Amino acid sequence: MKPTISRRHFLKVSGISTGGMLLSFSFLNQAVKADTAVDSSFDLNMFIRIGSDNTIVLLAPNPEIGQGVKTSLPVIVAEELAVDWRKVKVELAPLDAKFGRQTAGGSGSVRGRFTALRTAGATAREMLVAAAAQTWNVPATECIADNGEVLHKPSGKKLTYGELASKAATMPVPSSPALKATKDFKLIGTRITDVDAHKITTGKPLYGIDTRREGMLFAMVARPPAYGKTLASVDDTAARKVSGVKHVIKLKNSVAVVAASTWAAKKGREALVIRWNATEKLENSAEHFAAFKEMLDKGAPSAARNDGDVQAAMQSASKVLDVTYELPALSHGQMEPLNFFADVQNGKAELYGPTQVPGQVRNEVSKALGIPEKNITVGVPRQGGGFGRKLMSDNGLEAALISAAVQSPVQVQWTREDDMQNDFYRPAEMYRYRAALTEDGLTGWHQSGVGIGGGPRGDSYVAGALANYRSEGQGLKSNTPTGWWRAPGANTLAFAAESFLDEVCSALKKDPVAYRLQLLAKAKTDPVGRLGYDPEKYKSVIDLVAKMSNWGATPDGIHRGFATWFSFGSYAAQVVDLKMIGGKPKVMKVYCAVNCSRVINLSGAENQVEGAIVDGICHAMFPKITFVDGAVAESNFHAYRFLRINDAPLAIDVKFVQSDEAPTGLGEPGLPPVAPALANALFSATGKRFRKMPFAEYLA
Amino acid sequence: MPKYTLSVNGNLLSAEADADTLLLWVLRDHLNLVGTKFGCGMAQCGACTVHVDGQAARSCVLPVSGVGTRKIVTIEGLSSTGDHPLQQAWEELDVAQCGYCQSGQIMSAAVLLKENPHPSDEDIDNAMGGNICRCGTFVRIRKAIHLAAKKNKAK
Ligand code: FES
Ligand code: FES
Repeated sequence: MKPTISRRHFLKVSGISTGGMLLSFSFLNQAVKADTAVDSSFDLNMFIRIGSDNTIVLLAPNPEIGQGVKTSLPVIVAEELAVDWRKVKVELAPLDAKFGRQTAGGSGSVRGRFTALRTAGATAREMLVAAAAQTWNVPATECIADNGEVLHKPSGKKLTYGELASKAATMPVPSSPALKATKDFKLIGTRITDVDAHKITTGKPLYGIDTRREGMLFAMVARPPAYGKTLASVDDTAARKVSGVKHVIKLKNSVAVVAASTWAAKKGREALVIRWNATEKLENSAEHFAAFKEMLDKGAPSAARNDGDVQAAMQSASKVLDVTYELPALSHGQMEPLNFFADVQNGKAELYGPTQVPGQVRNEVSKALGIPEKNITVGVPRQGGGFGRKLMSDNGLEAALISAAVQSPVQVQWTREDDMQNDFYRPAEMYRYRAALTEDGLTGWHQSGVGIGGGPRGDSYVAGALANYRSEGQGLKSNTPTGWWRAPGANTLAFAAESFLDEVCSALKKDPVAYRLQLLAKAKTDPVGRLGYDPEKYKSVIDLVAKMSNWGATPDGIHRGFATWFSFGSYAAQVVDLKMIGGKPKVMKVYCAVNCSRVINLSGAENQVEGAIVDGICHAMFPKITFVDGAVAESNFHAYRFLRINDAPLAIDVKFVQSDEAPTGLGEPGLPPVAPALANALFSATGKRFRKMPFAEYLA
Repeated sequence: MPKYTLSVNGNLLSAEADADTLLLWVLRDHLNLVGTKFGCGMAQCGACTVHVDGQAARSCVLPVSGVGTRKIVTIEGLSSTGDHPLQQAWEELDVAQCGYCQSGQIMSAAVLLKENPHPSDEDIDNAMGGNICRCGTFVRIRKAIHLAAKKNKAK
């Protein structure tokens, strides 16, 4: 459906595109369209629809996976539009090129859209003011917009946005609308409840798994029981006899059972008799770690960064620390098991379900089924968690293939076992660290990492603060699949690097906070090589968390650990306070200071950081994925243990460094420092270094 | 296929389902009450928590044939107007992140508050230990239960 385009509704300001976001504004490229559902409503631009009954609909352009952008993105628009937030209705935007990057990942939604969304709100506001001024035949400069109304100051006349909407939509589009002074923000920076809160607490359908359509069938898929095995043959005689089973479909390397209900599909799947052949090596986690060790000891990795001469520093050191850290593979375990709805018929496809990358789903379905992208829609509901799992589009593509094969609308439901055993795992990794210590302190740092897939990586802090620094990485080839997992790269590297820095501080008898500040001061005044971070911002969170926690005055009976990390544009520093109770650690409180520049929704921002802290403690303490002969040994939450409320911190104190700069990421940066801060607190409690996750395995 | 008549949220509803179909799927697929969520299917996460004769039960392990005349309450029936003190407290404190676990959390908390109107943090931790929140909203969940207890008292 191509809307008829009327020329005057074009926004010809392609120059406004900001922040790297592609908003090469076809802004008003939709003709004003009457929507019969409300009286009549008008698109002032692609993010804003105003009804003559004063309903304000704002479109949230990025997938909501629990990171809060269905609330925070429209808040940015509402701020500039000057509307009463309580009257705003939010809808998730459909997949459409005009919305630019519609991905949930890399903590990038707010970062990428801040200025563009402000501009969208300000543009519409100026058009509403222009409409009022024209109606009253007064200069626009005498009118102000606030709270969903335009006021003519001299006369006191008022018109609501609803009354002005139809006219406003015909106004010329301002080429450079005036953005509010940030000091005048009324909404941004306040506490705003999630827009779906009421639906969530009352159990309204919201998620992909809740999709119910006329004639919809339910499917479950038997996938290979191990990586390295492929489908040899299937006998579906018994499965077809299960009541409710309608179709059994052989896919490339799996078998789908399509039935009248989820239960029938599950029973049908259980009745399949499938032979799988081992066609590749069946791998084991134990072998992965043995290979890692071998590579760390004997490999010849090339350096990602090499400042000075680390070898020479080691040779002239009075003491060399040499330590290994180990992290297992992890599953994402988002609470809503994967699912997807697809209706592929007559050369068209309608897809609806949980994904962080709707554009990629469309692209892959198009390629697999030979349906042009323009005939494929991908709707994205609110999602029961993401954590990076749905940056892969396997669930959407599979549903499309099954629907195409049975020519019916189908919902494919994954069980928890399916989800856990067919994931794209956070890769297992191992690190070896060496530090050269002399009377002058730390004089050399050698970080060497190895992991499944790509090798670690990077030149993060403390690079830049040391004359001799080397970082290198190696990757181990494997047929076990890996993917992005919340704060990819950072979540493992921070654990190793910040635990090791704490070990260095212990060896040097330095205070971990003071010593980091000393290193950062050196990086600021006399940096070695390129700096991949801003020492001032690092310092800002360290100072703040030290103040919050009254660092240096540890309360009686409490053991403390400190760590800090920079990722996705933001800085976080944390202090973990724990008590040992009956030989078990109980996290009493976590203090966290964050510098993500401007905060949009304070409640949502705190919630993200609180969640990241719990996530970090959870994955440091309890779960792991183990490959045994290519199969994932853990199948459900009894074996893959998540943290429960009794292991959650009693209190979490989050504060943000005040800043007037444009916002940086927040969904991920709270996570990386938690595990090392916890490990460091455990060291002060037990005198033992926790260098291998999950900690719970050897706490007892 | 046998037909079952169930008392759900004060209504008698019927569903034709195999005897071993778990209540969770009868609620979701047959009765279209999708507020009760699927998380693990083995009584490990609490996403599917409903009330059976006033007790918290995991509907993912309860076969429909075993329900009989017992009264089922789901999140949709917790309060006819959606303003149970727990629902209000959850909204006031903006507890949810993804929100997926929260109907189960609220159903578990409702039983706790009925049996123990003023729970301590420790009581909450004991009663809510069967409900996982992957997003990690536990600190807010504790606060919201305390807030709901206060609201109950004020009534
Ligand atoms: S789905 Fe029932 S306890 Fe997890
Ligand atoms: S809010 Fe996402 S699982 Fe609890």
